[in-house]
Amino acid sequence: MARPPSRRPGVNRRAQYGLFASYVITIGCAIAGLLLVVVSFADPAGFAVLRAGAAEITTPVASSLRYMVSGFGSVDEQIVAYIDAGSQNAALRRQVEANRVKLIEADAVAQENVRLKKLLGLTQSSDDRITTARMISSSSTISRRMARINAGSSAGVASGMPVRAPEGLVGRVLIVGPHSADVLLLTDSQNIIPVRRVKDNIGAISTGRDDGTLEIRPLSAGANPFRPGDILVTTGTGGVYRPNIPVAIVVALREGYAIGVPLASPARVEMVMVERAYDAHIPPPVTQAAPATPAKAPLP
Amino acid sequence: MSQPIPRLGRTPSRLRMDGVPILSVMLASALPNLLPVIAQSPSMPPLGLLVFVGWRLLHHELWPLWIAAPLGAFDDVMSGNPLGTAIFLWSVVTLAAEMVDTRLFWRDYWHDWLIAIGASIFFLLGGLLIARISGSRAPVELILPQTLWSALLYPLIVRVIARMDRWRMMA
Repeated sequence: MARPPSRRPGVNRRAQYGLFASYVITIGCAIAGLLLVVVSFADPAGFAVLRAGAAEITTPVASSLRYMVSGFGSVDEQIVAYIDAGSQNAALRRQVEANRVKLIEADAVAQENVRLKKLLGLTQSSDDRITTARMISSSSTISRRMARINAGSSAGVASGMPVRAPEGLVGRVLIVGPHSADVLLLTDSQNIIPVRRVKDNIGAISTGRDDGTLEIRPLSAGANPFRPGDILVTTGTGGVYRPNIPVAIVVALREGYAIGVPLASPARVEMVMVERAYDAHIPPPVTQAAPATPAKAPLP
Repeated sequence: MSQPIPRLGRTPSRLRMDGVPILSVMLASALPNLLPVIAQSPSMPPLGLLVFVGWRLLHHELWPLWIAAPLGAFDDVMSGNPLGTAIFLWSVVTLAAEMVDTRLFWRDYWHDWLIAIGASIFFLLGGLLIARISGSRAPVELILPQTLWSALLYPLIVRVIARMDRWRMMA
């Protein structure tokens, strides 16, 4: 292609000034953009309204497309499952036998747990669920890991609420719009979750690595206590996530930490549940000054 | 697709002439939000930027220079970057394209391709850097797949833009 006719206006003074002005305006726009980035850092919630508003337009389209293609993402897995169906069948049969016994034991333990909790007066309303929603899209072009669900403030969703699937934890709500919400996934490097190993309560901190895996860093110094196959669950520390939600399984070891994979892969889960923040149940601490004066009015 | 038939003595409406490029860039920015893909890592190329650069390289006098700011703001709102990221980076890309136009005497297809790859690497690195300043710890190699997809997808985008451009010009 030949050189396009230049913007350069030649000897026309007026056009020269116009060109100069357009450069100045563009540089001004660039600087204004940088300033906006700084403002976004200082007040991350400030521009959330814009994003939530834009989500109102895109959510219906993404939702309806999601209904059409549900299950599309796991086509390859289904083909592989079909190929080795025979040997898998035998293995699964053995596993079911083993699991049945464990299930019965777990039921008994759960019942005992309920009884003991009642004795302690710790009974919580068991239904923490706010709503169920579908994951409809995600921030697939940027390095932050966010996904959008098709339930928002009209369904009772609020910022900071934990989001989970039956298989395990998915993340927490970041930005809420009227009919959609953005969820910060486990795998985002700004999502930090206190976890523990299921079998022996070894504490660790799970941080996302932005590439679909998690960095599991043990709280105790010294040798890496984790082994591939270890299951990690939430501790309940920090007050956002309920204790004992499955989080990740360890798949590899590194110097001083382990690499985990979320048990609820966001690409595969269909429905997610938005739950109340765990801390909301904990009553405020009792003030010690109360006994000094006799209670005048009984508290409701 | 049937060939559009030009009609003698007619000019396309102003709305079509000006609206098609802007709407196509906005649609490309919004596309990742419309598709029901739950990505585990950044996997989609920056479509909005690629279409923007494609139009800019096809018709350099199509837009005033400041168009990068409003289109970039729309891209920010759609992509989830902090507002201002694409306003800044797209403005810089526009100015750089302007500089390239004054330097290069001939601009071949390969030049366009390399300019588009350079722009998308700049945009992805800039976005990553801004995310890192705000506390993310994403590694730099995370943008490699996106860069590769951008490079492979740009020729297709150029053809789609050329098709749209032809339809835009026909009355």
